Parts: sequence; structure tokens; C-alpha cells
Amino acid sequence: MIEDRFDAIVVGAGPSGNAAAYTMAKEGLKVLQLERGEYPGSKNVQGAILYANALEKIIPDFRDDAPLERHVIEQRIWTMDDSSYVGMHYRSNDFNEEQPNRYTIIRAQFDKWFSRKVREAGAILLCETTVKELLRDSHGRVIGVRTDRADGTVFADVVVLAEGVNGLVGERSGLRPVVSSDSVALAVKEMHFLPREVIEARFNLQGNEGVVIEAMGTITAGMTGTAFLYTNQESISVGIGCIVSDFEGTDQTPYGLLEAFKSHPTIKPLLEGSECKEYAAHLIPEGGYSAIPELYGDGWVVVGDAGQFVNAVHREGSNLAMTTGRIAGETITWLKRRRDAPTKANLSEYKRRLDATFVMKDMKKYRKIPQFLHGTKQVFGLYPQLISQAAQTWFRVDGTDKRSKEKEILRSFRKARTLPGLVGDAFKLVRAWR
Amino acid sequence: MTNNAELGSGAKVEEKLFQNRYLVDAGRPHISIHPHERPSKALLSMIHTCPAGCYSLNDKSQVEVAVDGCVECGTCRVVTAKTGEIEWNYPRGGFGVLYKFG
Repeated sequence: MIEDRFDAIVVGAGPSGNAAAYTMAKEGLKVLQLERGEYPGSKNVQGAILYANALEKIIPDFRDDAPLERHVIEQRIWTMDDSSYVGMHYRSNDFNEEQPNRYTIIRAQFDKWFSRKVREAGAILLCETTVKELLRDSHGRVIGVRTDRADGTVFADVVVLAEGVNGLVGERSGLRPVVSSDSVALAVKEMHFLPREVIEARFNLQGNEGVVIEAMGTITAGMTGTAFLYTNQESISVGIGCIVSDFEGTDQTPYGLLEAFKSHPTIKPLLEGSECKEYAAHLIPEGGYSAIPELYGDGWVVVGDAGQFVNAVHREGSNLAMTTGRIAGETITWLKRRRDAPTKANLSEYKRRLDATFVMKDMKKYRKIPQFLHGTKQVFGLYPQLISQAAQTWFRVDGTDKRSKEKEILRSFRKARTLPGLVGDAFKLVRAWR
Repeated sequence: MTNNAELGSGAKVEEKLFQNRYLVDAGRPHISIHPHERPSKALLSMIHTCPAGCYSLNDKSQVEVAVDGCVECGTCRVVTAKTGEIEWNYPRGGFGVLYKFG
């Protein structure tokens, strides 16, 4: 297909692949990027929140022309039972800054923009091209890829696998095991359109201010998972996701959970009168630090979701994707400058650099969280119910004296989970968190 | 108190998929189920877990897949990885779901 030999082939045109391709192309490396979709973004799904810091390190002036929806000025974190939520809301005018920190985005549009930047930097992008396998030499070193195009082999010094959570190439080449069903979540999402004035009135917003809601509780029907609702300029992204292995033991459907979340008495009025224009589903890596596979070898590196780089607690992923992509790109460029071959030993520099960033530090910090959330299902059902009941007991004025109310609240927790149970859960959480 | 999860159980996935854009690779399904007598529990669970409702039970109690509405999430691939009951590939380049928003 393409006769030339490349310095690097990047498999995938999502945030990690684009970050890697851009970083290398900008420094003059000959980069080929392969994307199986008709256009970059056509296979990609995210909430989506863009974290400016990670992108600034790649394209400092991205705000000039990137398709951004709203900058986030308010974060709502809810625990929900069937009729209520208890929320922690943080809203600050400080987020109305000249260079805002977080934005809602629409991925198909954002990925197209990012891809245009990659091509302007000099990389060649081939869409509608599915990579089938890695090519190796007689020593087992990766030397290129085979695609589904006629005559579809192409060679490079190094292959960057930015193929996402559902990455077949690396798995089938034996670089990493198939992801297990307890380390990925299945999330479904809808795009609901409303006039921007309606969104601004419902969420108390002015101009491009935005609100994001992250929610957990009985909405996931006992499974480990969360739901979200993000405001875009003229649409609302609403979705819910649960660990895949949890679905196996239930008869819940993902779209049933989404419908139930949308019909919740606290969510329904926010979506009233909207028009749904798309339904999407995607896996999210949730296995944490211990699920991170081998990240480099002779002639290859893994970046983004394919490397399980998601901070499930903070709902961060795209920033980890962009950062791992950038650092892989910088490492490959650095080796090229030094005329060092991209051997396993030399590419270990990628991991060394990654270890020094927030990416690995955060992954490590929360390494026990997946296990905690998986093993403490009360977090998703019982506790949200107890917290809601406690709030209701506390706020409802019914002639009961306050001391009796306090006692009733404490009793409800002890009765439902026993004192050792409560202490144990708290202890496990603290241990997993610190 | 109503159970909200029950409220959603009647949701029609076909109506949701109707919103989406696809380029169907006619006659070349990217997922196939190996012939089987009795499906495993894992494969059976795809009937409710598949977010596009692609999986169903036929009158011989075998599981069938219709990939036209598939959103390529890969859940079925992960769920049946241990049983090896399905063959999962990406659609050919350019085919399959085409997200307008993602």
C-alpha cells in the first residue's frame, strides 16, 4: 500500500494515538497513523470531559480553534436512592478563568480537530484501515503491521499501539492478555438535544459555563458502577456504566439501566422535552494499576486505554491517554535523535518517564480501589439508601426531638450493616484510598 | 417506593439504535457464534448484557447473533473470552457504527 518505511506507525486516532502522532510528527519524524473508522472519532465514545492541562502540554493554544462545549464551573457528586439524591456540589466563579481547567466536549468533533492538527504537523493518516496484526522479524522484534487493505503491509522502526480498550492487535500478538470481565465497565450513553437557553436556565448557567453530575447508588441495581450527566452547549450527555462481570449475575440490560436513570425523579426534569440523537456504548478500563499490561517491548509501546490508563475514582481517562501518548512520542523522538534503536531496553525509558508523572502516581495510589468497590457492593446500594434516609430523618420536621432523630439515624446504620461491618468498610476504604 | 431499575426494563433498544448511523458490511458479519448444543452461562448472559440487543435465543435454545446494530463495544468478546464460543473481529475498515457525536 505505502512503499515507504516510517519512523513510527500509530495504531488508532483517539486521544492517545493523536497525542503520540502529533508529538513525533512535530519533531520531524515520519509518522503513519492508521484508523479503522471512516473518520477519527467515528468509533470513539466518551462522556466527555477534556482536561486542559494534558492537552496544553501538547498544543498550548488549543483553545483558539478546538471544538469545546462548556467550561466546567460546577461539579455535582450524588449518591442516589430510588426517589432522591444526596449531593456534594462545588461551584466556583474561579473556574470562570481566562484559561479554564475542564471542558465538556463532543468526541467525534474533538477527535476530528485533533486529527487535523496531527496531519498539519506532518503525519500521514489513513482511515478505513483496520490493522490485523503486527509484523515481526526472525528475532521477534516488531517491524510493522499488516492491515486489511490490499497489499496492506507497512514497516516502521516502532509501532505505537493506541488501539483502545478493545485492542485486538496487541492481544492477538500476545503482548497482553485479553482484558478480564471484572476489569472493564460497559457504559451506555445518549446525546439529548435542547436549546441552549433551556440548558442554561435548568442548570443556572451563563454563556459557556457548564455543569457535570457524577452519580452512584441504587441506579446501578446493586452493580458496581456510576452514572453521569454533562451539559454541552446545545445538548446533554447522559449515561451509565457498570462492571461487565456484574451484568452476568443479573438480568439487567444496560439500556434498561439508562432508561431508569433518565426516568429518575431528579433527572427526568433536566431532560424534559429533549431530542435524543444518538445511543452509544463502549468499554472503560477499570482494572486500575494491577491491570496495566507490559507497556513496551522490542519495537512497540502501548498507550491510552489499551494500557488500562483510567483513574476510575476521579473519572479521568482522556488526560491519561494524552499524557501516555505524548510521553511515548517524546521517548521515541529522543531515541531517534540519539540514534538509539527502539529496543525493549531503550523503550523502557517510556515507562521510566511515565513513572515520574501523575499518571503512574495516581494509578498506584488507587491500586486497591477496584478491589474495594468490587468487594463492597454496599457502596452502591445500601449506603446510598441509608444516607438518603438519614438526610430525610434530619430535615423532616415532624415533632420528633433532635436527639431522638440522631439516635434513629445511628440505629439505622447499625441495624443495616452492624457496627463491625461499618467499621470494616470504613477501614477498607481508608486503606484503599491512602 | 418504585424500583427505578424495573421502570427501565421495558426499554426498547431498537428505538435507540434507530438514531445511529451504520455502514453495514452486508454478508460479512464481524461476529459469529461457533455452532453449539448448549450455550454457556457466559454466552447466555449476552442476551441481556449486549447494549445493542444483538443476541437472542432460537427455538433450539441456542444463542444467535445479528450484528447489524452492533456498536463494537467488545463486551461479548470479553465475556466469552474463557469459553471461546464466539469469533470477534473488527468490521472491515470504514464499516460498522459511525458515531456522529460519540
